[in-house]
Order: sequence, then structure tokens, then C-alpha cells
Amino acid sequence: MKNKTVQSPEKTAGTVSPAAVTRREFLKRMGLAGGGLIVYAGFGGAQAFARAARTGYAGTNVPVDFNAFLKIGTDNRVTCFVGKIEMGQGPITSFAQMVAEELDVLYESVDMVMGDTDRCPWDAGTWGSLSTRHYGVFVKEAAAEAKGVLKQLAAERLQCPPERLVTREGVIFDRNRSGSRLTYGELTKGRVIERHLEDVPALKPVSEYTVSGKPHLRRDSREKVTGQARYSGDIRLPGMVYARIVRPPAHGARRVSVDTAAAEQVDGVQVVRDGELVAVLHRYPDVARQAAERIQAKYVTPQTGINHETIFDHLLKNAPPPAVAGQAGDLQAGQKKAATVVEETYLNSYVAHAPMETHTALAQFENGKMTVWASTQSPFGVQRQVAQAVGLPAEKVRVITPFVGGGFGGKSASAQAVEAARLTRLSGKPVMVMWSREEEFFFDTFRPAAVVKIRGGVDDAGNMVLWDYRVYFAGRRGCENFYEIPHHREQVYGEWRIEPGIHPFAVGPWRAPAANTNVYARDLHINLLAAAAAQDPLEFRLRHLKDPRMRSVLEAVAEKFGYTPARPPSGRGIGIACGIDAETYVAVMAEAAVDENSGAIQVKRLVCAQEMGQVVNPQGATIQMEGCLTMGLGYALAEEMRFDNGRLQDTNFDTYLLPRFSWVPEIETVIVPNTALPPKGGGEPAIVCMGGALATAVHDATGAKLLQLPMTRERVKAALQNRKRA
Amino acid sequence: MIEAISFTLNEKPVNLRVEGDRPLLWVLRTDLGLTGAKYGCGEGVCGACTVLIDNEAVPACQVSVAEVAGSEVRTIEGLVKNGQLHPIQQAFADHDALQCGFCTPGMILKAYGLLASNPAPSRQEIIDGMEDNLCRCGTHVRIVAAIQSAARALKGGRP
Ligand code: FES
Ligand code: FES
Repeated sequence: MKNKTVQSPEKTAGTVSPAAVTRREFLKRMGLAGGGLIVYAGFGGAQAFARAARTGYAGTNVPVDFNAFLKIGTDNRVTCFVGKIEMGQGPITSFAQMVAEELDVLYESVDMVMGDTDRCPWDAGTWGSLSTRHYGVFVKEAAAEAKGVLKQLAAERLQCPPERLVTREGVIFDRNRSGSRLTYGELTKGRVIERHLEDVPALKPVSEYTVSGKPHLRRDSREKVTGQARYSGDIRLPGMVYARIVRPPAHGARRVSVDTAAAEQVDGVQVVRDGELVAVLHRYPDVARQAAERIQAKYVTPQTGINHETIFDHLLKNAPPPAVAGQAGDLQAGQKKAATVVEETYLNSYVAHAPMETHTALAQFENGKMTVWASTQSPFGVQRQVAQAVGLPAEKVRVITPFVGGGFGGKSASAQAVEAARLTRLSGKPVMVMWSREEEFFFDTFRPAAVVKIRGGVDDAGNMVLWDYRVYFAGRRGCENFYEIPHHREQVYGEWRIEPGIHPFAVGPWRAPAANTNVYARDLHINLLAAAAAQDPLEFRLRHLKDPRMRSVLEAVAEKFGYTPARPPSGRGIGIACGIDAETYVAVMAEAAVDENSGAIQVKRLVCAQEMGQVVNPQGATIQMEGCLTMGLGYALAEEMRFDNGRLQDTNFDTYLLPRFSWVPEIETVIVPNTALPPKGGGEPAIVCMGGALATAVHDATGAKLLQLPMTRERVKAALQNRKRA
Repeated sequence: MIEAISFTLNEKPVNLRVEGDRPLLWVLRTDLGLTGAKYGCGEGVCGACTVLIDNEAVPACQVSVAEVAGSEVRTIEGLVKNGQLHPIQQAFADHDALQCGFCTPGMILKAYGLLASNPAPSRQEIIDGMEDNLCRCGTHVRIVAAIQSAARALKGGRP
């Protein structure tokens, strides 16, 4: 490995490329100009290209310079900077593990700084279970390169061939002369060194891991159990006020008049207006709210005739032409071979993200610079949006992401940050916008309602020969067929993104977007085919599966469950579902009892097996699986946004039901080891199975087909009725 | 109407001049600077704002500050003693019974209230007692385990 020049950042001041300016600014802001180790290799260019080729992560602005990710202080502590955010899913722990592993420092000596646009390297946003899969590679490579540079520096200082140097717990020593040692901090002390390695050293083989792959408790627990953890709504600034914004009663409503006089009477209230934005500001949020309630605003609301029952027809009527996600053979030939054809239509409802922390942001404008503390999954996206909204260049906007109280995809959009920034400019005061629960539901980017139509067939020998799959508006993710079926086609009519004129309110990514709907429909349908072929549903799946990863999770879940084969409906209430999400393979078995009088479903047991390549933090991965299964009880059993003409009927947790303690059964999880693959996603996969696992459990218990999620008591009773008629 | 209201907050006396009908939650979070109690719904249906009033777990969004005059109020900030986590806090940390942590202060204080009235609850009693506190991250099974181990650590004593 060859060195590049050793240079201080000041020396680059004369260079003209914009990248150099960015770089210099960046280092200054990181406080690196005064000390610590600085090694960089510029943004973009050949190195970025090489990395994109290596990691499969192209087309990003993620810097290739490892200084963007790491700072080694003179006190031997390491700070790791990442553009990702912590919303409960645990990267604050797993990134620290990765750094400790590749840099050979103590896990405890690593501090994390996340989601601060002034201090952290760019990132697109925290979603898609990508933090470990992709961004993790950058962090590991940064640590590996830093270690390589430190070794070079140590070799020079200790006058020893680099091969003799050993790194351990933040110390480099000569293995032949035990007294000959330097800490990383001593090595970098008071020096600003710019050096990088031409090639990133190879990452450690998994077999040498001592920190990664070992279970670690969350590192933010102490702050969170003591109430010291700061979320956006917990930041306090002198002179700050809380905003209550005047909102329409329904989506599509147009305001025709607004009278703020009565609100202005309230002591200490300031009313601000800017076009459509009308807000009440007060130093107390409760007083701002009361004052806002005195505002008289009139609206006209168009009658669309669309509600949560008519929506499915509306979707089918307005479907765009399909995209083919996969196909083989010829559906007509499959139809001819089929001895039995089963055809069904599955419906799925709008579901809210409902994080416990509502969208919140505090904005401050000082010395020409806007600082926004925001609960967001996309700090760099917010930076761009705020800059645009208030007419500032992006570098004059800093977004800081404190702890985020849950996101699940819903905080990919962060309109509250733009509102806070605008109100700060209008009022000249720091402004906190904390959406009420009603606003949180109203402005959510819901998981879209969707329809799936499946026609499947089995031949006389019980082999699936036909699979004609159409999904409307859920989206493609998770619809691909992985069974051995000679004649199949998957068609996707519309994605989960906003499609003009289709949805009555905003839709967007909801934890494992599309996959929850696709796996539900597929697995219930597979069970119906297994029943038609008089076969055990697990064996039926396995006989159509070659993919070893899928077989491994199905076999693992069955073993953990203690499954014995039976034809559905067996009366036992055992359900099964499996899928691929974020490159992770997952299978769930559920046991449920159905009260045929009330229609109530009680889930008794959930077992989940997941194969996700290498696992950085098995404890964190297990908790994500448990969290997915628990959260998934909601969309499977109860969660559904009801609405009429753009007016939401569920506006708080009294009628929009989240999973509760009494719903949650025993949960058992298995991680199927596979160290041959790099880490795959962990924050989303297990949730995709919940609709399917519970719908097949109800089918196995009663023979009733639940063709719509959520499986409310009414729908269960109706399905039981239909079963009798059939 | 501005009233003089006194109560005990985390074992220290508090004297306020404040509109008596303001919700305790917002008085805690603004006037008193204690942000551990969270806003989740504002209607008493999520438990994120739970505090202890005379050792009973209560949603602070549903109580006016005038109503706690003369009472002992305890928030999550008042649980650590001499730098030591309370056994319930410790159990939550040991069991990783939190993810985003937004529901956590409310969960811990709800568990405190539960153990104050029933020091050795069964699993079912824990589930029943915690039922109204919501957690979107799905940490329920770990919270139940944490409360069980906190009860053991307290050896049947009151929290
Ligand atoms: S905020 Fe008080 S119960 Fe939800
Ligand atoms: S830990 Fe996130 S809501 Fe409970």
C-alpha cells in the first residue's frame, strides 16, 4: 500500500474545486482542524466509483474519506459519525460494534454522533433495513483504513516494520518489544495528518470477530430509562414558543375564510399568517392549542364518495397498466394442467405508522443560519426541504436529529420541520411544532389500501402448476414468486407511492412497504391450495421449494415450534407464512384460537426463524424480530384507518387500536446462522409474515377464509358464516 | 385564573403561580423543565405521560395542576437515587425492554404504581396492569419480563 501526501487542511485552502471547500468546511465543523487524525481522499471520483462497484451502493453522496465517519481524539476515545438516525432499531449499538471491531478499540470507547447534517456524512435516509447492509460497509471500511494509517504512523514512530505491529484495544505495539507501544490517541496527538491508503485494507474475516456478532444490550438504555434522553420535543431554547397550526377538517378541503380575532385576545398569543399557513404561537403548547380552538375557519369539502369500504372498487377501476415483476411458462398451459383452480381476491386497509412520538421539530434562526431539531428519518432530506422553503442555501441549514421516538417509515416525510422553520422566520422566535395525535393521523403517509387477485392451480399429483398474481397499489416488494411453479406471472398495478387521484390522503413507506400485503395474500392462498390438494401446508411449501435459504428458515421454524403435519383445516389453529425481505429470509408459525361467538382471535404462540447473513448484534436482531411480530399483530388483527370523503374517523388511540399487552403471546425466535453472507436487513423482515401467519392460523382453526385485513371480529364472524354457506 | 399551587415534586417542595386548569403534563414539561413525561395522545389513552401522584400511576395529560396541590408527584427524573438506577429502571435496561424509548418513562412509572399496590404480581396481573400503556415498537414481552425481575429484586417490598 502506498501513501499519499501528508498535508494539513489549511494547505488545501488555495485549491479551487468545490469539493475541496466542502471538505475543508466539513473538517472545520467537525472540530478536526485543531488535532486528531485527519486522513481524507476527497469526495466522489475514482474512489467513490470503486466503492460503489465493491459495495453495490452507487449514486450517493456518501463521502469516501474515512474522516467523515471517524474521529480519534487525543483521549483515545473514538467518535463515529453516521448520517443514519436512531429511532429504536438499534444502529447506535451496532455501528459502535462495527467500529470497535475493525479499528481494534474497546466497544466502550466509541461514541456515536448520528443524523446531524453539520457533523455527519451524507445519507439518503434511514429506511429499507439498509443501515447495516450498506452504510455499515462504509463504516467498517473507514475503520479498517484508519487502522491501516495508524499502523503506518506507528511504524514510523516506533521504527519497526509494520508487519510486527499489533493493534488491540486502541493500542499499537511491537510484538517483539513489549515496551514499544503507542495508543491511538498518542499517535494522533496534536497533529493534523492527512494521509490515506490507496486501497482499503481487507475487512476482518468473521472468524476473527470479537465484538461484532456478540450480543450487546442497547447503549442508550440509561438515558432512556432515566428520562434524560432528549427527543426533539425536549429541547429548550430561550424565548421559544409553541405553534398550533390551523388545520382543515378533511383532506381535499379548501379554506374559504378564517377569523383569528378571538385567538388574538388570549394573553401572550401571537398569530402569524403566511398564505395558507395560519398559526397561533404561545410559550405554552396547551395555551396555544386553546387559543387556536377559538379561530373560526370555514371550509368547503368536496364529496368524493370514497370511504374505507368503497376504496377497493375505486382502486381496481383506476389501476394503471401493470408492470411484470416476474414470469415463467405460460398461464394458459398452467390452467390446462390444473386439476383444481383456486381464485380469490384479498383486501388490505390503510394503516397508520402511529409512532408514539408525533412529528416534532424545533427551529431557530440565528446569525443567518437555520438550525432545526427534528424527529425525522431523513435529516439530509429535511435540510434540503427547509432550505428551499425558507430560501436559504443548504449549508445555512443544520438539521440535528435527537433521539427519534419511532418512525417505521412514517418519518421519512417530515413536513413539521418545514413548518417550524417557516414559523421561525415569520415570528423571529424559536418555534416548536409538535403535532397533536390528531395531526399525526391526519398527515400520516399511510400504508396504502390494496387489492391482490390470485389464481392458483394444482395438478392431480398435488403440484402447483399455475400462479397468476396481480397486486393493486400495495407495490412490488415481496410479490416475487419463489416457489417452483412452472407457469406463473406476477403483475404490479401501481406502487405504494402517491399516485395522483388514487388515494384520499398521503401514502408512503410503512415498515417493509408492500411486503406485508403481498405475503399475507400469498400465504393464505398457498394454504387454500394445500387444502385443495389435501396436503400439509408446510410439506406443500417445501415440496415446491429449492431455494436452500427458504428451506432452512421453514425447517428451523417447524423444529422450534415442534410442528407435526396435518391437512388444513386441522382445527389446531396453526398458521404459517414465509417471505424474503431486505435480502433476509424469514418464516413464522403462529398458533391462534378463534372464539366463534365473538369473532375474537387470541394469538397463543409465535415462533419466528430468520436467516439474515452475518449478524452484528444478535441481541438487537432478536429484539427487532420480536418488535416486528408484536407490531404486526396490529395490522393483522385491528389496525385500519376508517374515513369518509377525506375525513378521518380514527383520530386517536381510543378507536385506532395498537397491539396491547394482552394481545402479545409468547414469542420465540431463532436466527439461522449463515456467516457466508454479509449482513442483511433486520428491522423489517419479520413483520411481513404476520398477516399470512395469522390468516392461515384462523383458516386452520376454523376453515374460514379471512380475505381482508385486519381480521376484525366482524370480519371473522362474516367469514365463519360464509364457510357454513360454502 | 392564576393560582398559587404547592406540591411535592420528586421529594422537593414546589410553589407555582400558574393557571390552575393547565394540564400537569405541560406544566411539568414547560414551567418545570421536566421532559421525561411524554405527550403521546393528550386524551389519556396511551400512557406516555404517566406520572405518580401519591404513588398511583396517572396520565399527567388528564390531571390539572390544581388537582395535585398538596400531593406528592413523582416523575421519571425522580427515580434515580444517589446515581443508582431504581430496580425497575435497572430491570428495563437489563432486559432491553425498550427500543425508541418514548414510552419507557411511562411504562416504568406504570410498573412502579403496579408494584406499589401489588408487590408480587402474577404474569397475568402484570399484563392487566400494563394494558393501557402503548408501545409502538413492540417491546411488550420484554417489559413483562423486566417487571417480573424487578419484583424479584424488590423481594416483595414496595418500590
Ligand atoms: S399523553 Fe397522556 S395518556 Fe397519552
Ligand atoms: S419503545 Fe418505542 S414506543 Fe415503546
